[in-house]
Amino acid sequence: MRRTVRGLVGLVGFLAVGEVVGRSGIAPPGYLPPSSVVLTRLVELLADRAFVLDLIATVLAWAIALGIAVAVAVPAGLLLGTVPALRHGAKAVVEFLRPIPSVALIPLAIMVFGIGPDTKISLAVYAAVWPILFNTIYAMDEVDPKLVDTARSFGLGRWPVLARVSLPSAAPFVATGIRLSAAVALIVVVSVEFLAGASGGLGRFILESGSGSGRMDLVFAGTVVAGLVGYLVNAGLEWAQRRLFAWSAAVGEAS
Amino acid sequence: MNARLKQFLQRWGVFAALVVAWELATRAAASPFFPTPKTILGTIRDRWLSGPASQLLLSDEVFDDVLPSILRTLGGWALASVVGVALGVALGRSRVAMDYVGPLLAFARAIPPPTLVPVFLVLFKIGTPMQLATIIFGTLWPVVLNSVDGARAVDSVKVETARAFRLPRHQWLLGVVLPSALPKIFAGLRVSLSLALILMVISELVGATNGIGYQLLYAQRQFELPAMWAGIVLLGVLGYLFNTLLLAGERRALAWQPAGRG
Amino acid sequence: MPTMLDVTGLGHRYHSKDGEHVAVDGLTFTVNAGELVCIVGPSGCGKSTLLRSISGLIRPTEGQVRLHGDVVDGVPSDLAVVFQDYSRSLFPWLSVQRNVEFPLKKALGRAERAERARQALEQVGLAGAAGKYPWQLSGGMQQRVAIARALAYRPALLLMDEPFASVDAQTRFELEDLLLRVRREHDTTILLVTHDIDESVYLGDRVVVLSKSPARVVRTLDVDLPAQRDQITTRESEAFVALRSEVARLLHDRPAESDAAGTDSANSSAGASTNGHRVAAKPATAKQSSARATDQASEQASEQDADQAADRGPAKDADRGTDQGADEAATPVKAEAAAAPKAKPHRNGQGGNRNGAKNRNKSGGRGRARR
Repeated sequence: MRRTVRGLVGLVGFLAVGEVVGRSGIAPPGYLPPSSVVLTRLVELLADRAFVLDLIATVLAWAIALGIAVAVAVPAGLLLGTVPALRHGAKAVVEFLRPIPSVALIPLAIMVFGIGPDTKISLAVYAAVWPILFNTIYAMDEVDPKLVDTARSFGLGRWPVLARVSLPSAAPFVATGIRLSAAVALIVVVSVEFLAGASGGLGRFILESGSGSGRMDLVFAGTVVAGLVGYLVNAGLEWAQRRLFAWSAAVGEAS
Repeated sequence: MNARLKQFLQRWGVFAALVVAWELATRAAASPFFPTPKTILGTIRDRWLSGPASQLLLSDEVFDDVLPSILRTLGGWALASVVGVALGVALGRSRVAMDYVGPLLAFARAIPPPTLVPVFLVLFKIGTPMQLATIIFGTLWPVVLNSVDGARAVDSVKVETARAFRLPRHQWLLGVVLPSALPKIFAGLRVSLSLALILMVISELVGATNGIGYQLLYAQRQFELPAMWAGIVLLGVLGYLFNTLLLAGERRALAWQPAGRG
Repeated sequence: MPTMLDVTGLGHRYHSKDGEHVAVDGLTFTVNAGELVCIVGPSGCGKSTLLRSISGLIRPTEGQVRLHGDVVDGVPSDLAVVFQDYSRSLFPWLSVQRNVEFPLKKALGRAERAERARQALEQVGLAGAAGKYPWQLSGGMQQRVAIARALAYRPALLLMDEPFASVDAQTRFELEDLLLRVRREHDTTILLVTHDIDESVYLGDRVVVLSKSPARVVRTLDVDLPAQRDQITTRESEAFVALRSEVARLLHDRPAESDAAGTDSANSSAGASTNGHRVAAKPATAKQSSARATDQASEQASEQDADQAADRGPAKDADRGTDQGADEAATPVKAEAAAAPKAKPHRNGQGGNRNGAKNRNKSGGRGRARR
């Protein structure tokens, strides 16, 4: 309770600073709009049909990308995590693919996929696959051998051990990976919209408000919305993780 | 040693095999979008490794585009790291302060960094300050939040040990809190280093007159696909190098850990 | 002898969501300079709260602690604490030598620091391990480092919170003897908290017996054993056995002659004459008496009635491993170890090595996570 109040006080304090800075004239007029203006724009935007459609486009692309990334990375991670030979083989590929920043592929993706939603979804998938994949492999490695031995001493075979021991004990790590990926995917979706102006979305809205008309108040309002989406997604996933894996000490451990 | 050699050969063997497969596939496909690795390597050599011996064979383009990009990435990241660790450790030891700013920090981290690029553009105009601002804003939060986590989780027995010996404040912060938090801090630094590379590219795609990202965009506009691929490969190599160097540093700094992670 | 530590009416209560909880209630006792006093109490009776109040780490809600006359308000400058959990009280990022030097930084120059650390490490038999990291040492050796660190600090009062509860029985014997030796050499005043009856009698000049939570002083016993103690001869001496049985009875709130079935204990002698302590044995009290005590009791038939042990038998066995389960797990069965001839204290090196090997295995297990 006290924490909530303090958090709100912090928020109000931040907004007050923003208001003062905005009105102080430190920056040329219109560059750093006061908090009150940004909040007014925010309310207006949320009632604006075109903006809401942009928002939906972004969230939808994000959700599809995350779904695909999970569907690809979790099975791949399980496979690589359980078969050491495969993992050693794949290591080189993974290590050289992962460091390529997803945004470096934007120009290429635009050429190949055009500026439709495919581009942002495929790039977001590319970026979101890695955290899930690594966390899954890591989790399979971290399964306590004592648990496995215990299960085997009760006569469980290879597959039942995998299904009933390895998977449950790996699940919290995988969930953490998914949460990290969710954040990355949102960043990439918005970035691609912003850089490529592709097929609507929050990113393009910010691009047009910024470079087209120089409306920084709209840019800030759009940024707040993007931040809110990211915050809510993360908070929601964290909540789900806590509920599902209350037994695990790994919950909440993330970077 | 033998096992390591074997592993080394295995890894690079697989890598070489993949490059060969890629070569064969791109030759067979003959798509203009996907030049062969040979073409890409040729482009890389022509663009960046064709300089005079006095420049270690590095061409002028390396000094005009690649080096500025590297300096921006590392400079922005280093600044964000110093500020982020100091801020995070201080906040992490104060429950009250975190109550006030915690939600703001979580929100700040959730903002996709490119969305503020227009603001930085009007504030700083096109150029290095704007790129640094973008990189710092994007990389600061993971460092801060991880440092907070690390500083917060100082083991209770160590807290009491330090209090029982009445350690002075600086010794407590530098000798107990910082080392305790270091593993978490490094996790944050790793995340932010890869973010720094991404933001460098983004900021150069939008507001730059040189740099790897700018060249990437230029190549796209000119439909010079081998040049574009060369840029992508270069960024991959840089990402790999940065990460490897940071890991080596982390291993040294955390050598005391009985079970190092990652 | 001057009084070093004077605890008067010390009480600590804290609020939790289940209401007010009294951890320590009206404790009064003193420790004289140069004395080694053991506080023994059942698990979870608030011993740690007591020790943390004395060390100034927490502020007691009632009463007062005086260290050589000064009221303790915050951690005093000449006090050192050795915690039970050596793996957490040592700083893993510092070598053994630097761990010992660490608290000396504020007061001493580099050379003097190094010299003091060297001396302290030598005293605990770890001169050769100065450059190692804590995790490279066995548990017993780690606790030696913690003791060396406290010694190098040259405290007026050394507080020890269950210092040997986390090491195996053999190592525990070695460390107990080490403590006695170091204490003679340094003439340090020591207050040691333990839940181990034998340890309290073996180490202490006096034993303060605490009740179950909330902790109150049941009685203070003088240990009139010769100063030179030996793990085998001392432990089998009649005086030792008698003292330890007395402590056990006080601790478990059980008079010597009564059975544990909950009959009225008003007619009892030894244990019931406790000053101001609850006498009526609740049914839970029978549970509380540890299985270990029974084992010991039946072994020492000379001291106790054979039929008494038999009487208690069935009721006891049913309760085995319930209330005292955690306690037992933490304490290897003492009677067995003491009886075995192997229990002769080892010279430091030997025992340490064996433990070292064991520990290496353990850290090898953890090291698996490394890649």
